[in-house]
Amino acid sequence: MTGPGTPLLVGTGLHKSFGPTRALDGAALSVSAGEVLAIMGSSGSGKSTLLHCLAGIVRPDAGSIGYRGADLVGMADKERSALRRTDFGFVFQFGQLVPELSCLENVALPLRLTGARRKQAEAKATEWLARLEVDGLAKRRPGDVSGGQAQRVAVARALVTGPKVVFADEPTGALDSLNGEKVMQMLTQAARETHAAVVLVTHEPRVAAYSDREVVVRDGRTVDRELVA
Amino acid sequence: MTISHTLLALLESGPRHGYDLKRAYDEQFGQDRPLAYGQVYSTLSRLLRNGMVKVAGVESGEGPERKRYTITDAGVTDVETWLRTPENPQPYLQNTLYTKVVLALLSGRSAADVLNVQRGEHLDAMRALTKRKNGGDLADQLICDHALFHLEADLRWLELTAARLGELEKAVR
Repeated sequence: MTGPGTPLLVGTGLHKSFGPTRALDGAALSVSAGEVLAIMGSSGSGKSTLLHCLAGIVRPDAGSIGYRGADLVGMADKERSALRRTDFGFVFQFGQLVPELSCLENVALPLRLTGARRKQAEAKATEWLARLEVDGLAKRRPGDVSGGQAQRVAVARALVTGPKVVFADEPTGALDSLNGEKVMQMLTQAARETHAAVVLVTHEPRVAAYSDREVVVRDGRTVDRELVA
Repeated sequence: MTISHTLLALLESGPRHGYDLKRAYDEQFGQDRPLAYGQVYSTLSRLLRNGMVKVAGVESGEGPERKRYTITDAGVTDVETWLRTPENPQPYLQNTLYTKVVLALLSGRSAADVLNVQRGEHLDAMRALTKRKNGGDLADQLICDHALFHLEADLRWLELTAARLGELEKAVR
């Protein structure tokens, strides 16, 4: 049973190096069910690597990641991929939509990948496009919509499967202030309504202000406010 | 003086009583700090003395006499000049945070902690403003955005300083 305040995803002692570059050096954090957590830090601080580890995209060199009691680090690749499809949603800075598919097909894609029938998947995708106020773009391809619209489509795609955690890596990085605000407002509102946790990587304080709590990454280590006496 | 110019500018749309003027001010600008009646009347009497407004009429009825004020040509010119004059960019050079960081370094305490605690306070303030903004009308959004951008500037400074603490420590010791 998970509810607000129950740790859903817990990473401890995370280390990760890429060649000689030490990206994570003992980072630790925990995300509760339904919580919007901001991971902040400057470029190169290790915040994106931390997100990739927590999301099971990158395997840390050392440390543990628990997701609802399961060990994400020790899990077989196949299992982790399945978990990413069913329990996690992703929003990246840009370019994550499949250019050959329409916006509707893009949003329906995660459902199709988990075995849903086309009609059902597209009906659900239509609902989500409407929720993000971009239902008028259903038939358009990503290349024919604005950056802000594409990002709303991406948010719809991240949430369409009813994920427990949405990982958002600089989701407003390529948008102007006004469009960025709108995307953040819609992302956090939709996540709250569906009780999904959000792990939000950002270096922008105004974006982090949409979170419930922040963790700062510096030189591969996390600085939690609670750690400060 | 902003309040006196604001009241004067509000009178440009037509004569008003002091009470109406206060209401108009509070409606547009007084969300956080409504004007006190005393301030309205003392401002009006100063504007009257300086020839920026004049009394357009006095109504007597129940209660005290009510004066209606109207803006003069000199007042209109004054409003125009005020609107055209840019505000002084606030340089904020005397910064308590900078002082705290330096003193922490000099006394061998953790300057990183000082910055960290401050970041938390700033982000909490930004969260409250963001909530208010998202539940508010356009006026609320613009007022909150102004505050948010200023707090964000502080946070950028905090980040930059956190990244340069080693350098700063060498410089101040």
